[in-house]
Amino acid sequence: MSERLLDVDNVEVEYHGHGLRGKPFKALKGVSLDIRPGETVGLVGESGSGKTTLGRAMLGLAPVTGGAITYNGRDISHLNRAQRRELASDIQVVFQDPYTSLNPALTIQQILTEPLTVRKVGKAEAARRVRELLDKVHLPPDAGQRLPREFSGGQRQRIAIARALALSPRLIVCDEPVSALDLSTQARVLTLFREIQDSTGVAYLFISHDLAVVRHLSHRVAVMYRGEIVEWGDGDQVTAHPQHPYTQKLFLAAPVPDPVAQEKRRADRRRLQAALAS
Amino acid sequence: MLRFVLRRLAAGVVLVAVISTVAFFLLYLSGGNIARRILGQQATAATVQQKTHELGLDHPVLTQFGSWVSHAVHGDLGSSWFTGQTVTQAITSRLSVTLSLVIGATLVTAVVSVILGVLAATRRGWVDRMVQFISVLGFAVPGFLVALGLVTLFAIDLHWFKPTGFTAISASPSLWLSSITLPVIALALGGIAGVTGQIRGSVMDALRRDYVRTLRSRGLSETRVVYKHGLRNAAGPALSVLAVQFVGLLGGAVIVETIFAIPGIGQIAVGATQQGDIPLVMGLVLATAIIVVIVNLIVDLLQGWLNPKVRIRS
Amino acid sequence: MTAATLPPDAVPDVQTLEQTAHASLFRRLLKNPTGVASLAFLVILVVLGIFATVLAPHDPNVANATNILQKPSGTYLLGTDGSGHDVLSRLLVAIQPTLEAAALAVGVAAVLGITAGLISGYYGKWFEAASSWTASLLMALPGIVVLLAARAVIGPSMLWTMVVFGIILSPAFYRVVHTEVSGVKHELYVDAARVSGLSDARIISRHILTVVRAPAIILAAGVAGIAIAIEAGLDFLGLGDLSRPTWGGMLNDAFSHIFTAPLGLLWPSLAIALTCISLTLLANALRDELERSGTPGRRRRRAAGPVSIRREPVVTHDDPAAAAAGEELLHVTDLAVGYDQPDGSVKTVVHDVSLSIHRGEVHGLIGESGSGKTQTAFAIMGLLPSGGRVAGGSIIFEGTDLAALSGRQMTGLRGAKIAYIPQEPMSNLDPTFTIGSQITEPMRVILKIGRAEARERALKLLARVGIPDPERTFNAYPHQVSGGMAQRVLIAGAVSCNPDLLIADEPTTALDVTVQAEVLDLLRDLEAEYHMAVLLVTHNFGVVADLCDTVSVMQNGRIVETGPARSIFADPRHPYTRSLFAAILEDSEPRGPLTPRELQP
Repeated sequence: MSERLLDVDNVEVEYHGHGLRGKPFKALKGVSLDIRPGETVGLVGESGSGKTTLGRAMLGLAPVTGGAITYNGRDISHLNRAQRRELASDIQVVFQDPYTSLNPALTIQQILTEPLTVRKVGKAEAARRVRELLDKVHLPPDAGQRLPREFSGGQRQRIAIARALALSPRLIVCDEPVSALDLSTQARVLTLFREIQDSTGVAYLFISHDLAVVRHLSHRVAVMYRGEIVEWGDGDQVTAHPQHPYTQKLFLAAPVPDPVAQEKRRADRRRLQAALAS
Repeated sequence: MLRFVLRRLAAGVVLVAVISTVAFFLLYLSGGNIARRILGQQATAATVQQKTHELGLDHPVLTQFGSWVSHAVHGDLGSSWFTGQTVTQAITSRLSVTLSLVIGATLVTAVVSVILGVLAATRRGWVDRMVQFISVLGFAVPGFLVALGLVTLFAIDLHWFKPTGFTAISASPSLWLSSITLPVIALALGGIAGVTGQIRGSVMDALRRDYVRTLRSRGLSETRVVYKHGLRNAAGPALSVLAVQFVGLLGGAVIVETIFAIPGIGQIAVGATQQGDIPLVMGLVLATAIIVVIVNLIVDLLQGWLNPKVRIRS
Repeated sequence: MTAATLPPDAVPDVQTLEQTAHASLFRRLLKNPTGVASLAFLVILVVLGIFATVLAPHDPNVANATNILQKPSGTYLLGTDGSGHDVLSRLLVAIQPTLEAAALAVGVAAVLGITAGLISGYYGKWFEAASSWTASLLMALPGIVVLLAARAVIGPSMLWTMVVFGIILSPAFYRVVHTEVSGVKHELYVDAARVSGLSDARIISRHILTVVRAPAIILAAGVAGIAIAIEAGLDFLGLGDLSRPTWGGMLNDAFSHIFTAPLGLLWPSLAIALTCISLTLLANALRDELERSGTPGRRRRRAAGPVSIRREPVVTHDDPAAAAAGEELLHVTDLAVGYDQPDGSVKTVVHDVSLSIHRGEVHGLIGESGSGKTQTAFAIMGLLPSGGRVAGGSIIFEGTDLAALSGRQMTGLRGAKIAYIPQEPMSNLDPTFTIGSQITEPMRVILKIGRAEARERALKLLARVGIPDPERTFNAYPHQVSGGMAQRVLIAGAVSCNPDLLIADEPTTALDVTVQAEVLDLLRDLEAEYHMAVLLVTHNFGVVADLCDTVSVMQNGRIVETGPARSIFADPRHPYTRSLFAAILEDSEPRGPLTPRELQP
């Protein structure tokens, strides 16, 4: 169980500034974590924390300017385009926005077949696999003939999950996959994530700004603030008994859906604020 | 703000320099043929060579270019090969005429388009549909056809205006007005059609924004919201469209001046082209480039004033 | 969390979606009357051009000095020109070279512009900078001036002139393609394709070209019209190919005889004008069809008649605090909101909503997307988007029915008595005015105070809402402040004229959770200070628990349950409310660390 699927070691991501005299911007300032096979690692942070950048760096969509990302023992921080394409059957992605992560002009069949055709899967085999994927995400088999706009947000996320599963990856980067969904839909999609992990053993990097969502699904949790990881440990510990002041602030800032409990949390938060200010 | 102006100015100078360079090399690269074209196919090789030498065309192109640049910087653009008049004089004597035509047409276009565009965007209904219809039609029909139509109808059939000729404003303001009315209308009509549609679009776009609803929620009257906030936001795109229109009008002036026999630079452009009077053509290209750069600079400055995001970097 | 109690997902009924939405642009064009007409004209024109030499009644090049400037007659259907040529024949024969030249120019422009646009849009970097600059260069000079200059060098060769013309026109294609491509490049589905392992070539052909195809076709039609116009212009000036009949050349000839035979101007003018108009109309029709393809088609349904409102009983909790509450400021009864559809029916988004809010009360309106909560808020404010209207019921505010007021009367109430806090802070501030002016302008209008006093009050307000440097923010523009600050500014603006009723539309949804907590604190403080009635629209139960005294739960345009917040949280009765609570993750078990058993699926 100590074998690591993915290892992030002191990774830095720096972007150039705009124009001739722009200042460079460091989105990640040396972050380290690891993901074991079949594990869900939750990554929590607010805007500007760098959580999305870390996910994109793992996918090869953001430039790694320092440190290393290792997958299955192999350094994947600076792969060329062809090498990166080979990784498609290992690392996949589900994005946040269900409305722009599917090409509106393609049918579901075409969207789900796309990763398969790259791997030279035959037409009949691809069709079979598409039916299998739709079944796995609990969508009817005739969904393949329809366009994305005929589906709700929650259903589109299921399609995005099906696409991610097409090549049977070992790790899926989930970038705020339920943040744009309604409350009841969120619950259903999270159940689906759990179910898929139970049946296929895939690992997740689960990025979110919501501690409650992350707690529900993650074995271990990392909290990010301004490009650094400020807390990293077992999920039940980090989300229920945070040690770092920022995590505590984050924890206390989220309102509890219970008026009595929320009043208490408000008081706790005020006390923390006072303590930090002094 | 100053840095913004200087950057734009520098970009403009570079543009003029590049245009002049490219134009020069393209025009002069057919060195030998020029002399032959002027003298005609019958001329002997000797006469052609003599002419070539006379026009300085037997020097290497780069030398010719260097010489042209050093003269141009002092305002000497050479002389026309056919009339002998200096290019600078030929152009400056006619520039004001063309400019009055084009600037007049731009102003007319701007005023009418804004009024029609805003009306169409705010009133909707039949006003909107009518404006859209006129807009498509006016845009589709080439400007010079309109000019021909106007000349035929108003000048020849109805005798309201003189069909041709131009009176300088210094000589007689009323005659000047009468002589430029038809040409300006001819130029402006095509412009109005195209620009109105764009302004209607950008006003409607501005009024669809979230902040318009928020401003209404603060209790501001509809007039204020549309005319103070909506127009201010729509002005930027509208100005860009007018700037593009100005460039188009400069081109349109060439044909309109020919039709109405107006002594502007468009008129000599046609002659210079037919004859292959290259110094004159060079001068015209340079003059046009400078005018366009100045206009774009003014528009950029106005855009900067209108849109804080352009002049203030956060 | 009990997933078993949640209803399963179902693919929605898609009756209103026309099958033809899948159909190609071309087939859709054929249903558009202007499209068909212009296409038909152009097809006829092409056919006439191809068979011109056969169809022409006379030899177009035969000049007959005795027949000059004849009026239309039996022999010469459109008359003769200044040299005795038959006008009709020349008109026909001129079609083919005209169209060929235009096609050449458009072809060159399209190939250059589209290729450059694709490469610079997708790959960016130095190529983008170089091509953008070149495009500006090409657009800087009027087309005619460049053509004239080219003509001076090239001579009367139409071929090369059209190639040059194509180069001049290419920036139009470049700009359009570049904008589309760079817009699409950042879409998430392109990222997903890259992660799926697609090569650049595949991504471009599958995802990017499809976006570019339609705009390029539309532009080609428009540019062809311009090409024909300018080509005719050059011919008119006598700078074209003088050896063949051209429309512009015919105009030139007719113009020189304008005093004696002005009718001669008509025929070539008509030819040019009609061709240009049909090309422009074709382009417009294509664009209309393209825009229409994004929305579901209209079905010919029989008009649904008056608004249909579902009435179902509302689960109401008793409110022990009701008697002690302040005066009732807002009383909504049986409110219905509908949108007029293109086929005449009305789509009801809010059915018989009733609620009441007292002074000092924070009333939460909670629901998921599509529940109608925001529509209810807009209806109360009188700010429904176009097409929407109050279709039934009453909105009594301080004794007046808002639904019955005119636009002007409603404007008088807004800001002064009823205030609004929007959801997205950045898009709700006018980017061209300073923050200070946006706060003070309504204050000066409503409170009738001068500039200096308004500025002073605004600065105090900005400090009150927690902005660290009020003066700096006052003078700044919206793009210079953060989202959290912008929201505070909007809150300041909302309370600036001491309103009685505050409507907050998901005021913290777009903010980070730590900022959200601060803004909620701010709202609570302001509510206590100004003693307003507050209607808080949200989808987050935590926000409701933090801030609200009473709650109404909305589903599908109706209120299903309402009552004091504590009572609803302690004892939710309606099945929908209970399903919402079941979906909340707060109380769920944390996952705990990875166990060896989980590694064996």
